[in-house]
Amino acid sequence: MKGAFRGSPVLKLVAQRIALGIFLLFAVSVLIFAGTQILPGDVAQSILGQSATPEAVANLRQELGLNDPAYMRYFQWVGGVLTGDLGKALTTRQEITVTLMPRLWNTLFLAFWAAAVSIPLSIILGLIAVRFRNGPVDKAISGFALASTSLPEFFIGYLLILFLAVKLQWFPSISTVYDGMPFLEKLKAIVLPVIALVIVVLAHMMRMTRAAILNVMQSAYIETAELKGLSALDIICKHAFPNAIAPIVNVVMLNMAYLVVGVVVIEVIFVYPGMGQYLVDHVVKRDVPVVQAVGLIFAAVYIGLNIVADVAAILANPRLRHPK
Amino acid sequence: MFNIRQIPLAAWIGLLLTGLAVICALFAQWIAPHGNGEIVGDVWAPMSSAHWLGTDNLGRDLLSRMIYGARITIFIAGMATALSFSLGAILGFTAAVVGGLVDTLMSGVVDLLMAIPTLIFGLVILAVLPANNVTLILVMGILSSTRVYRLSRAVAADINAMDFVEAAKLRGEGLSWIIFREILPNAMSLLVAELGLRFIFSVLFLSALSYLGLGVQPPDADWGGMVMENKDGIVFGIPAALIPAAAIAGLGISVNLVVDWVLTRTTSFKGGRD
Amino acid sequence: MSQELDYLSCRVVAGRMSRREFLGRATALGMSAAFANSLLAGAAEAQAPRKGGILKAGLQGGGATDSLDPALPAGAPPIAFGRCWGEVLIEVTPDNRIEYRIAQEIGSSKDAKTWTLKIRKDIPFHNGKEVTPQDVVATLERHSNKESKSGALGVLRGIETIRVDGGDVIITLKEPNVELPYLMTDYHLIIQPNGGKDAPAAGIGAGPYKVTVNEPGVRHGGEKFKDYWQGDNLGHADQIEIIVINDATARISALQGKQVHMINRVEPKVVDLVKRVPGVTIQNVTGRGCYLFNMFCDTPPFNNVDLRIALKLALDREQMLDKILRGYGSLGNDFPINNAYPLFPDDVEQRTFDPDKAKFHYQKSGHSGPILLRTSDLAFPGAVDAAQLYQQSCAKAGITLEVKREPGDGYWTEVWQKQPFYASYWTGRSTQDQMYSSAYLSTAEWNDTHFFNDKFDKLLKEARAELDQEKRKNLYREMANIVRDEGGVIVPFFNQFIDATWSGVKGFVKHPARDMCNGYALAQCWIEA
Repeated sequence: MKGAFRGSPVLKLVAQRIALGIFLLFAVSVLIFAGTQILPGDVAQSILGQSATPEAVANLRQELGLNDPAYMRYFQWVGGVLTGDLGKALTTRQEITVTLMPRLWNTLFLAFWAAAVSIPLSIILGLIAVRFRNGPVDKAISGFALASTSLPEFFIGYLLILFLAVKLQWFPSISTVYDGMPFLEKLKAIVLPVIALVIVVLAHMMRMTRAAILNVMQSAYIETAELKGLSALDIICKHAFPNAIAPIVNVVMLNMAYLVVGVVVIEVIFVYPGMGQYLVDHVVKRDVPVVQAVGLIFAAVYIGLNIVADVAAILANPRLRHPK
Repeated sequence: MFNIRQIPLAAWIGLLLTGLAVICALFAQWIAPHGNGEIVGDVWAPMSSAHWLGTDNLGRDLLSRMIYGARITIFIAGMATALSFSLGAILGFTAAVVGGLVDTLMSGVVDLLMAIPTLIFGLVILAVLPANNVTLILVMGILSSTRVYRLSRAVAADINAMDFVEAAKLRGEGLSWIIFREILPNAMSLLVAELGLRFIFSVLFLSALSYLGLGVQPPDADWGGMVMENKDGIVFGIPAALIPAAAIAGLGISVNLVVDWVLTRTTSFKGGRD
Repeated sequence: MSQELDYLSCRVVAGRMSRREFLGRATALGMSAAFANSLLAGAAEAQAPRKGGILKAGLQGGGATDSLDPALPAGAPPIAFGRCWGEVLIEVTPDNRIEYRIAQEIGSSKDAKTWTLKIRKDIPFHNGKEVTPQDVVATLERHSNKESKSGALGVLRGIETIRVDGGDVIITLKEPNVELPYLMTDYHLIIQPNGGKDAPAAGIGAGPYKVTVNEPGVRHGGEKFKDYWQGDNLGHADQIEIIVINDATARISALQGKQVHMINRVEPKVVDLVKRVPGVTIQNVTGRGCYLFNMFCDTPPFNNVDLRIALKLALDREQMLDKILRGYGSLGNDFPINNAYPLFPDDVEQRTFDPDKAKFHYQKSGHSGPILLRTSDLAFPGAVDAAQLYQQSCAKAGITLEVKREPGDGYWTEVWQKQPFYASYWTGRSTQDQMYSSAYLSTAEWNDTHFFNDKFDKLLKEARAELDQEKRKNLYREMANIVRDEGGVIVPFFNQFIDATWSGVKGFVKHPARDMCNGYALAQCWIEA
C-alpha cells in the first residue's frame, strides 16, 4: 500500500483519467450544442409565448442572431466559455454567470447536506446489514430501504410536507433560501428536502455496500481472518470493507451526481431555488445559452465525480495499481 | 434443484405478490371489472362494494385502472430493465476484459451519454422520435444501460485481475468464455442486487417521463403515471393517489425479495458459505 | 358599468353631450371606483384598511426567465409584481368601469379617431422625478413600435400617431375605435421614466411599492413607496413579498402552514378539500377565459361543417365541467364569449350533448376512421383528462377520437396553430371586439381555427363603429351564432379564477379580468390583527 503513492503508474493512470475527462467535456459540449439545436420549437416564439405576434417573433429572431449558421455559434460559445463568459440569457438579457452562480451554490449546498447525511448512514447501515446478514435486522433495513426507494420522489415529498410541515408544523414546507439568510435558518429551511433526498438515494448505496461486502466475504482471506478468530465486525470493517471500496465508491459517486443533477422534482415541490428548476424554466423557454451552460456544468460535475470514482478504484485495487 | 420447502417465507411473499402482478398484467381484460377509460362514477369516490378501491381523478374505477396499469408498468419497465442489463453487462464485461482502446472508447461514449442530464436527453430524444411504447423502452433501456455498464465494468475489472481469470487467459480461452464462464458467475451477485433496483428505477423513470408528458399515451397509464394523475389528492389522503404508490412499493419490495432469495442461491452455487 | 361609459362616449361621439360634460361624469365614475371596491366586498371589509405588516403571496406561473421589463409577456408573479411597482394610465374595475390612474381624463373626437388623455400632475416615480406626458408618450411609443417585442403591440396596432400637447397626450387612430380606453388597461403598459427606453428592466415606476428584491422565479419583494400618489387606496402593507410556488400542492401547504397569506390557482379538484381547512377562504370568480378545442376550418376532415357540428354535439360538456372543473366554471357554447363580457348575447341557445344528432351529422359528413386530437397539460390544466372524457363521449356517438398527449415542452410552437385539431385556451379580452379581432377575424393575428368568413368580418367592422348599444348587441348575437354553428372552435367551458386567502386577509376584491384581484391583491389587501 505505502509504495503505491510514490509509484508513477498510479500518477500516470490518474493523469490519463483527468485528460480523458477534459476530452470528454469537449465532446459533451458538442453534443449539448447539437442537442439544443434539434430541440423542437422556436426560441423567439417560446420567449414571447402564445400571444406573440408574428412580427414580434421575427424581430426577436433577428436580434438574437438566430439566423447565423450553427457552427459559428458553437465556436463563439466555446470561445466564450473558455474565457469564463457563459454568455447572456436570451430571455432576460442578463449575464448567465450572475444569475447562475447563486443557483449553483444553492444546489451544492443542498447536495452537500444530503450527501453528508446519506453516505455515512448508508454505509453504516450496509455494514450492519452484513454483520447481521439474513437476520431480522438485515431484513428490516432492506425492507425499509426498498420501500422508500420504490416511492416516486414527489410522493415522498408530499408525505413529508403533510406530516412534518402541515400537521406537526415542525419545519417550513417551502425551502426558499436567499443571500444573507442566517445559517441556522437556512439549515432549518432545507431539512425537508434533505430528508426527501436522503430517502431517495439511501437504499441504492446501502444495498450496493451490502452486496459488495458480501461478495468479498466469500474470499479465502476472509476465511483466514475468521480462522484467526477476529470478531465479525473487525473482519467486515478491516478486511472486507476496504476491498469492496471500488463498487461502493462507484455507486456513491453516481448518487452524488444525482444529488447535483437530478433533483428537479424535489426543487419544485419544496420551492428550492436550485439549478434544476433554473434549467427547466429555461428549457421551456428555449433559452439555449442557459440550457447549454447548465448542461455543461452538470456534465463537468458528473465527469469530475467519475474521475474521483475511477481514481479511488485504482488506489483500492493493488492489481490495477500495478498493471502487468 | 428447487426444493419448495426450502423457500423462505420472505421469498414466498415476494413470489406471490410478483406473481399476482404478472397475472393481472397478462389477463387484464378478463380480470378488470370495468374498461380502462370508462367513466363509472364521481371523482375520487371512496371505496365501496361497487368500486373496491374507489374511483380516480376522472371517476374511473381504480381497481380496473390498477389492473390495466400493471400490464403497462411491468411490460415497459421489465423490457427496459432486460434491455439495459443485456446491453450494459455484456459491453461492460467486454470493456473490462479487452481493455485498452476498446475500453477507453466505450467508457468514453458511456460517460458522454451519462454526462448529459437525463432531462435534456429525454426531452430531445423523445421529442424527435415517434411517441410509442417501443421508443419508450429503447430510450429507458439505453439510458439505464449506461449505469449498468459502469457497474459491470468496475466489478469485472476487479475480477479480471484475479488469478483464475489470468489462468483462463493463459489457457487460451476466448473472449466469450472469459465473459460468460469466468466473469459472469463471479459478478452475478452484484448484478442481481442491482437488477432489482434497476427495475424499480425503471418504474420511477417511467412515471417521471409521464410527468414531462413523454410517457405512456392516455388513457393508458402506468402506476407512476396514476400517482401523478391523482397527486393533488395526496396531501388530503385521497386513496386514489396512495394506492398506486403503495402498489409500486409493493412490487418493488416483492421483486427484490425474490432477487434476494436468488442472490443467496447463486452465492451458494459458487460454493460460498450460507 | 362599462355600458355606461360606452353609452357616454357614444353620446359624445354622436354630439349629444359636450366633451367636458362627458369627462366630468366619467371621472366621477372613475374616482369612485376604488372606494366602490371596498363597498362591494361586503360590510365586514368596509372598515378602514389596517396599515403595516408584511403581506406575502405564493403564486404560480413564475420562472427564472421572468424579467422586470413590462413589455415582455409574463405569468402571474411578474404581473402581480408589476402592479406593485408600476402604475398604469387607466384600470378597469371588477364591474367593467374605467378607473383613472395616471390619466386623469379621457375624451375623444366625434369620430372616435382622436383621443385626448389628460395626464395627472404630481405623481412621482420611485427615482423622485415626476411622471410627465413625455414619459407616457415614450412608453406608448416603445410598446407600439413595429420593432417592439411588446405583448401590447397587437393592442396598440391601431395607433397612427402619439404626441404631447401641453399636459395632454393626443392619440390619433387609423380607424375609429370607441373602445380605446379599454385597450389602455393592458397590463404591459406600465408607465416608466422615458418609457423604459433607457432601462426597460430597471423596475422604476410610480406604483405603491419600490422594488427591493427581484429574484426571478424565486421571489420578488417590495417596500412601501412613501410618496405614492394614492396611498389611501393602495399599498397598505409596509412590505410585500411574492414567493414563486409553481407546484399546486406546495402552494396549498404553504398557505396552510401560514408561510404565505394568499395563493393563486387552487386546482378545482381540491377546492372542496381546501374549503375544509380551518382559517382558509376560497376566493373564486368567473373570468372571461375559456378552455377550448380548435379545429382548422380549412383542413380535411374539419373543412366539412357537418363533421364540425358532429364533434360539437358529441361533447358532453356538463360532464366535463363536473369532472374537470368540479363545477367551478360555466358551460361554453362554442363561441368564446360569456356573460363577463359587456353586451353578452345571453339568448343564444345552449348546445347540449346529443349523441344521436352527432351520429347523424357524422354520417352525413361521410368521414370514417379515427380523428386525432392533440393535447397536453400545458394546453390548459386538465386538458389531458378532458381529452379522455371527450374520447369517451365521442365513442357514444360512434366517432373514434384518438388522443395524443404531446410533450408540454414546445406545445405552443409545434402544435398550437400548426396541427388541425388540438386543445388550447384563451385568457379572454376586455371586450367582445378585442376577442373576436384577436382570433376569429379572417386577418386576425391568432386565427387559430383558420376561420375565414366574410359575413363575420363585415359584422365585426360594423359593430366597431356602431354607436347604438342595442344594435351592437344584435350584431354580436349574429356573430356569436356564426361562430357557434360554422366556426372551428369547441368551447366546453369557461374557467374560474380560484384563489385562496388566509382568513386574516381583508380587502380582497374578486375581479373577472385576472386572478388575485386582477393582480392587485398585494397592493390592495391588508392583514387584520
